[in-house]
Amino acid sequence: MAVEVRIPTILRTYTGGEKAVPGQGATLSEVIENLEASHPGIKERLIEGADLRRFVNVYVNDEDVRFTGGLGTSVSDGDQVVVLPAVAGGAR
Amino acid sequence: MLRIDQETYDAIVAHAKRDHPDEACGVVAGPEGSDRPERFIAMVNAAGSPTFYEFDPTDLLKLYREMDDRDEEPVVIYHSHTATEAYPSRTDIGLAMEPHAHYVLVSTREHGNSDGPVEFRSYRIVDGDVTEEDVSVVASLEDLRSQG
Repeated sequence: MAVEVRIPTILRTYTGGEKAVPGQGATLSEVIENLEASHPGIKERLIEGADLRRFVNVYVNDEDVRFTGGLGTSVSDGDQVVVLPAVAGGAR
Repeated sequence: MLRIDQETYDAIVAHAKRDHPDEACGVVAGPEGSDRPERFIAMVNAAGSPTFYEFDPTDLLKLYREMDDRDEEPVVIYHSHTATEAYPSRTDIGLAMEPHAHYVLVSTREHGNSDGPVEFRSYRIVDGDVTEEDVSVVASLEDLRSQG
């Protein structure tokens, strides 16, 4: 499955400044492994242990993957994967 | 330095006062590369908390798509501290992911929901390094554009 992955500003150092890069895989997990092969280091920014990082949001076709199976979310040809770091913080 | 117009400045302060004692948060978008905060967008604090803020993930996607369509970027990302000073906390620093943004902090600790001055301060946060910068308030968006 060929998908498009939209990369946030902060991670474009891994993609040579590209805003969007192609990815391959049947699940989000496979797409991230595939991204890592072309853009080493990016996986660690997205995943912690066996899960997505708490403050990284990933959407497949505008659906937040936290509600569609997380890293196991299946993707199809032509799908769009969007990565957005949370905008968050606080006094503590 | 952050240059911002009076109306946008007032909108940020009003939002912070309105949501006190919870933290308020939002963005001022502007044309990519312009460094001009032009479009004020108050966001919902999905955490609804006096000590934490987080844009709702669905709203976040909508916001970034909209900015993308309009060739904008988040020029200012603001939030309030409601019991502490207007300085980035460790959490703020660790979670700051927009190296080009001015991170604005407003503290409502002194007057809460009431009228009265607030601390309004601006920072760059890049790779964990915090640099405070001056804030210059101009009369209108036109001034922002003409002096830019």
